[in-house]
Amino acid sequence: MAGDLLPRSRVAYRARAVPLLLALLAVIAFPFFASDYLLDVAFFFGIYVLLGLSLNIVLGEVGLYDLGHAGFYAIGAYTTAILNTRFGIPVLILLPVSALAAGLFAYLVTSPIIHLRGDYLCIVTIGMGEIVRLGLINNPLGLTGGPNGVYGIDSPTLGFLRLDSSAGYYALIWVMVGLAVFALIRLQHSRIGRAWNCIREDEVAAQATGIDVRAYKLLAFVLGAALAGVAGNLYAVKLMVVSPESFTFWESCLMFSIVLIGGMGSVPGVIIGAAAISLFPEIFRSFASYRMVVFGVVMILMMMFRPGGAWPRRRGGTEAQDLLRRLWRTHG
Amino acid sequence: MRVFFEQLINGLTIGSFYGLIALGYSMVYGVLKLINFAHGDFFALGSYLGYTMLVFGAGFVTTHLGLWGGLAVTVIVAALCLAVVGVVVERIAYRPIYPAGRLPAVVSALGASIILQNLIMIIWGPRYQAYPAEMIPNFHIHAGGLNLTGLQLLILCVSFALMAALYFVIQKTTWGAAIRATALDRDTAALMGINFNKVIRFIFTLGPALGALTGVMVGMYYRQISFTMGWNYGLKAFTATILGGIGNLPGAMFGGLILGVLEMLGSAYVSTAWKDVFVFLILILVLIFRPNGLFGEKIAEKV
Amino acid sequence: MGDPLGMPADPVAAAAKKSAEVVLETVGLTKTFGGLTAVDSLDLRVHRGEISSLIGPNGAGKTTVFNVVTGIYRPESGTVFFQGENITGRKPHRIVERGIARTFQNIRLFPNLTCLENVMAGRHARTHSGVGAALFRPRSQVEEEKETRRSAEERLSQVGLWESRHELARNIAYGRQRMLEIARALATSPRLIVLDEPSSGLNPRETEDLMEFIKRIIRDEHLTILLIEHDMNVVMGISDWVTVMDGGRKIAEGHPRQIYHDPRVIEAYLGGGA
Repeated sequence: MAGDLLPRSRVAYRARAVPLLLALLAVIAFPFFASDYLLDVAFFFGIYVLLGLSLNIVLGEVGLYDLGHAGFYAIGAYTTAILNTRFGIPVLILLPVSALAAGLFAYLVTSPIIHLRGDYLCIVTIGMGEIVRLGLINNPLGLTGGPNGVYGIDSPTLGFLRLDSSAGYYALIWVMVGLAVFALIRLQHSRIGRAWNCIREDEVAAQATGIDVRAYKLLAFVLGAALAGVAGNLYAVKLMVVSPESFTFWESCLMFSIVLIGGMGSVPGVIIGAAAISLFPEIFRSFASYRMVVFGVVMILMMMFRPGGAWPRRRGGTEAQDLLRRLWRTHG
Repeated sequence: MRVFFEQLINGLTIGSFYGLIALGYSMVYGVLKLINFAHGDFFALGSYLGYTMLVFGAGFVTTHLGLWGGLAVTVIVAALCLAVVGVVVERIAYRPIYPAGRLPAVVSALGASIILQNLIMIIWGPRYQAYPAEMIPNFHIHAGGLNLTGLQLLILCVSFALMAALYFVIQKTTWGAAIRATALDRDTAALMGINFNKVIRFIFTLGPALGALTGVMVGMYYRQISFTMGWNYGLKAFTATILGGIGNLPGAMFGGLILGVLEMLGSAYVSTAWKDVFVFLILILVLIFRPNGLFGEKIAEKV
Repeated sequence: MGDPLGMPADPVAAAAKKSAEVVLETVGLTKTFGGLTAVDSLDLRVHRGEISSLIGPNGAGKTTVFNVVTGIYRPESGTVFFQGENITGRKPHRIVERGIARTFQNIRLFPNLTCLENVMAGRHARTHSGVGAALFRPRSQVEEEKETRRSAEERLSQVGLWESRHELARNIAYGRQRMLEIARALATSPRLIVLDEPSSGLNPRETEDLMEFIKRIIRDEHLTILLIEHDMNVVMGISDWVTVMDGGRKIAEGHPRQIYHDPRVIEAYLGGGA
């Protein structure tokens, strides 16, 4: 039996690995022949990938309706901005700090409301996102600079290596994306990821199967917030200024759309969704206001014809493992 | 004390706007479990149509219909137009998506909202527009030491009358019962002979029409309108919907009133800048203690 | 046995029953929903190794009892003891850890996960890897994952679903979905399994297989089973003890043969309808 599986599985393995390798080469080679403008576009593409991945944990894996995710993004960005401009802490050191701040914030605010049913959770997350944004505008304790925000954020340095070129930022974001993708795929194929998916499928059944639903929902929010915080840090560093208008309810809706358009719980799907959301408006820049109308039309059409997303999550994980195991066993 | 009552009246006025818009949200949400993001934009579109009619029909109105007649025609035409728009949007953007589930419908609704909002911006421009002052009744009433405009009182009365009428329709008529039944249990309602498509058509004409009407009132009240108003009011109205309890139609109207009053009191006694934060915090607290909304939802889940 | 309901006592069976360990006990269990009393002062006792059935007309409160025992509802009054420990009001996942597993009246699987993933989920309560382990894959985590996989596959074979292991749960036949749910429950390594109408929707052949299966696992795995059933063949065929509920109260209990002829039971089923 292993015999006739062998040629098929070898082909399957190679078929998956080759395009991935090509993509990796493309990402590495890109800065060598792309203009600064294109590198900047690629940077923001990367930011949306991170944001999409961060919301994917909450919405895609666990199925929680989070329409306030921009709040966590904002916390990360402002943590970096404030701690850097006031205390001179280097921005790259603030990357894990921002992630921590956003994660802690998520833990504190979602603990009291995590038990709420889907739709009610939705409106509460919208409320949280708005509270964060309005709080930032109102400049409490003079910390956040009001509607104009905080400016004068430093450039990132790694030792004596300054990363403040377009290529530098590009490298920074795509390394983070690589790490995030690696971590998320590992989580997907683990006990944690399974628990999350069970909660999404049927919360009551998950409870009855021994999963501590509350704890895992909270974990998803905290991790999702932390990753959004990372995106916030990198955004602040690139723009050198942060202001509340980058963290509106609209941004949360964009992230939501990225996950849905790409495919819930699907890492490659989110990458595609992020491309659609960030690159599409760029491509159609010349059409000015009409591009948004077209954008809306595309969203509706996508849901009409591919509601599962551009690259839906395939539950072949265990099957692929089976094939790979047989491959391994017969080879050595 | 005077300030309190004036703010209360302000709060009730804006609350009635939220309530009327919220009703449209709640009907769609209760029956379809769809967050109709485009609903706020129906309201905005109604307001802009009203604006256009009042500005361009000014001469015709003053010579033939008189101020009040003109307003009545504006409101009726705007409501009718939006009733049509509502049905069209449902047919094109929502109906094909129902089989795909709730979340794709949310994205589709977002798409519809983007389209409408940007169409408004393209047609009428990104800057504020103002309802022409000469087309709006202008008289003052001094009641018990309170300083109110006649317009404000009129709008308040009209809104409350509308809400009372709608309450009657929802609770006492067969149409209302049909909507409530479908929201509770779609399949059983169908088995009882309720035509689902008719219910859908009803809520997508009544809701947007109400929204248009509210839009014209808002235009008259605040005078200034902008293409983003749909988003702003929509969010508040959706909050009112949830506050009242999902699928609870009278709850949505009361939720709107409460929201408006809270907002005004918050702005007067806390601070104008923080009033929205105040409102959202209250919402969150309410849901923590009453997870099914203030008035309880009308949905059952069996384990 | 001095049964307060005045049931004819079978002294030999009674003595045997008394000496077996009580695995699950509810004392004065009461659960109300608003004005409705779904369960009224229920005293229930299930002994180790026993197949105990809970029967009664629809709306008698049987599933509510299950929901309270498994932690989904908190009772208004009364206590639930499991293996001597008070588990009243504990959270469902804690109760699974203690050793009670359940299935649902309307099958609740994870529809878009594969059969294998559904059963692997059952191992959750018996494994411990956290986020750190998931990210860095130390030896212990890899071993744990292998073991989870292996035991899940074993359970699938046990219920005859090994061939369908990579199929989505929602795509397999109804009867097999029932068995999948049972496999998932078994994967939690329980001491007591609570089955809610397991034969509902099964054809006579499948019901036979189910009964054989239940008898086999009782024997092989030293389990105790509490089940809700409407199918009298199942109740008569495999139960050691039957408890009858009506309107939230216990109205009779005893051996299947005794219950079958009890006039109160017959009245409860026929009096209110079919």
